[in-house]
Amino acid sequence: MKLTGAQALIKSLEMQGVDVMFGLPGGAILPVYDPIIDSPIRHILVRHEQGAGHMAEGYAQATGRPGVAMVTSGPAATNIVTPLANAYMDSVPIVVVTGQVATGSIGSDAFQEADITGITMSVTKHNWLVTDANDIPNVVAEAFHVATTGRPGPVLIDFPKDVANASMEWYWPTSVDMPGYKPNSRGHSKMIAAAVKMMFESTRPVFYVGGGVLKARGSEALAELVELTGIPVVTTLMARGAFPDDHPLCLGMPGMHGNYTAVTSMQQADLLIALGSRFDDRVTGKLDGFAPNAKIIHVDIDPAELGKIRRPDVPIVGDCRSVIEDIIKAIKSDPDAFQQRADISEWVGTVKEWQQKYPLKYEQPSLSGILKPQYVIEKLRDAAPSDTIVVSGVGQHQMWASQYWKFNHPHTWINSGGLGTMGFAVPAAIGAKVGKPDRTVWAVDGDGCFQMTAQELVTASMERIPIKVALLNNSYLGMVRQWQEMFYGERYSEVYLSPDLPDYVKWAEAMGCAAFRVESAEEVGPAIEKASEINDRPVVVEFRTDSSEKVFPMVPAGVSNDNIILGPEGLN
Amino acid sequence: MSISYIPGNGSLVDSTESAKVMHHHVLSVLVENRAGVLARIAQLFSRRGYNIFSLAVAPTDDSRFSRITIVVDVDSAPLEQITKQLHKLINVIKISELDPADSVECELLVATVNADISARGHVMELVALFDGKIIDVGTDKLTVLVTGEPDKLDDFSELLSSFGIVELQRTGRVALAKLERQSNKLKNTTGRAG
Repeated sequence: MKLTGAQALIKSLEMQGVDVMFGLPGGAILPVYDPIIDSPIRHILVRHEQGAGHMAEGYAQATGRPGVAMVTSGPAATNIVTPLANAYMDSVPIVVVTGQVATGSIGSDAFQEADITGITMSVTKHNWLVTDANDIPNVVAEAFHVATTGRPGPVLIDFPKDVANASMEWYWPTSVDMPGYKPNSRGHSKMIAAAVKMMFESTRPVFYVGGGVLKARGSEALAELVELTGIPVVTTLMARGAFPDDHPLCLGMPGMHGNYTAVTSMQQADLLIALGSRFDDRVTGKLDGFAPNAKIIHVDIDPAELGKIRRPDVPIVGDCRSVIEDIIKAIKSDPDAFQQRADISEWVGTVKEWQQKYPLKYEQPSLSGILKPQYVIEKLRDAAPSDTIVVSGVGQHQMWASQYWKFNHPHTWINSGGLGTMGFAVPAAIGAKVGKPDRTVWAVDGDGCFQMTAQELVTASMERIPIKVALLNNSYLGMVRQWQEMFYGERYSEVYLSPDLPDYVKWAEAMGCAAFRVESAEEVGPAIEKASEINDRPVVVEFRTDSSEKVFPMVPAGVSNDNIILGPEGLN
Repeated sequence: MSISYIPGNGSLVDSTESAKVMHHHVLSVLVENRAGVLARIAQLFSRRGYNIFSLAVAPTDDSRFSRITIVVDVDSAPLEQITKQLHKLINVIKISELDPADSVECELLVATVNADISARGHVMELVALFDGKIIDVGTDKLTVLVTGEPDKLDDFSELLSSFGIVELQRTGRVALAKLERQSNKLKNTTGRAG
């Protein structure tokens, strides 16, 4: 069967099981948009290419399947660099196809030419420039294989226009031949035995759970291991929901804005069992002062993470789920050793005392008084179904959402952790809703973030993707304002945005959404109720919140986690 | 017959730079022979803040693969982290760290040096001592070629500099692991094979 390169590309995507793609056509990718008309793949037309990339990420994080985005060459390709970098930092499997000028014109500074394989080399797991139409099925198969196996990540296929127009004889490869790519998923049995021994000897152990557990679909295995061992769990920003917040052994989020118990339990632990986490600076604080007396068991599928920041005593390369399952097996295989393991009840007791003594706190003055953002999050949380998917942007609202939501199901929290991409929430929420249409999807966004990608609400309205947006409008770039208040002597530089410019309600309505404004605590409940009833189009609820509210606890940058500031009274 | 330079014994030049050499490691990296692979490697080093001391790239006998010999400055990052990050590149097939004691290394140096009538004889003598060749002759200059271990070339260029080097170019080292066969033979003949 003879196909054009464009037809072969679309057919290859179909062969990979792609059911939806996010994109925006243009000159160089034109030939590929023609066969889309005849394809069962749903194409969602975005309003900016960055949106396509983040939607693919949201889709991938909600479903576990790779997200696909397709855009044209040059400026479209550069517009999708941010989502690629974001997906690379957070290990999100997405496949991005970019158009490219004809192979004969590459290097000539042709119209809308950009060296996108060169530009994205450091923000993709791998990328390909297709120069021969006969390579297309192989390249697509390799791209999906690389994106979804090992440590997942973004890949890019650059697709010149003449390759799209060329003719090829269709085939579909039965396997991929990549001699340099052989990810290892099984942990070494010797290391697993060493880990179990170390766990049994520890009197103050903590599971330090990262996004790798979610990527490995390892939440159930983790729950079993925690039940078996009784060891407390912290879930990092990328792992919220990997272990249920309602579980008595769940200590919540550690790090710069982590709660006291999560931060301090790591500081005082004698053993950290790091599962798919990477000792990010936002978790460790000042590295010399981080968990000074803890031995480290580090499980990660990426060997380069082991010893990158902190040298592990027991390094285990492997897929988190597989390793956790092997650890459980190893524990069960030796009941005597299990019986004689060190007693951790005193430690668990201490941790629980901290939880009682140092809960997260804020004060909502009165129902008619100024509205606190945390109150909004709590009200949203209480009104939403427990499997609601929460998607956030980056900044104060992100931290409050992570702190105050109760995540009791895996894959219900989607945010930009590593790169910290403002504007992530709206498009990622759209992608998540496309992937999980039966779930309620709330984007919790800030006013600064919202203005960066809000145009995708037009996409959501057009495509009837009824996401809900809780816009916490505090008229400022709030996190930057917080730092200027705390560390720059209240000298506010370029952080004021205005509460009513733009008029968010009118703007949202102009984009086809239902929209309303909430200015006091007593209006919060009814507004959420109203938003919950609207399911035929996107909803934007603008909450006017206290602009002076800061995120606490906080460990200032460059300071040891021992010096955690619990609230505004802890300043000066 | 002729006296030639024996590297490493310090008989001709006292090497005061040996401490510096200690921080260098030689990585022999087998990669897929595809467009852009060198760019990926160079980009990785730049992005992660690793320093390349020298680099040599050429195809191997198997046209699907090339071998890149990278001398890295491990003051910039632990060697383990460098190799692990390199391994993550899809086109990288195999990385071997070559210990100078267990590898054969070679580098090539060409230099144009001032050599008027009075100095010419001395330059030629020096080149002969290092088993080198004169590859071009001008009225008052010579272009010379020397191959061998990097230390030897260091010494040669230092000695040559007293004549006035006009231009000098080195290739960066290439290296391969020493053959296992030799040590086995040695073990067998000394009866210590195990």
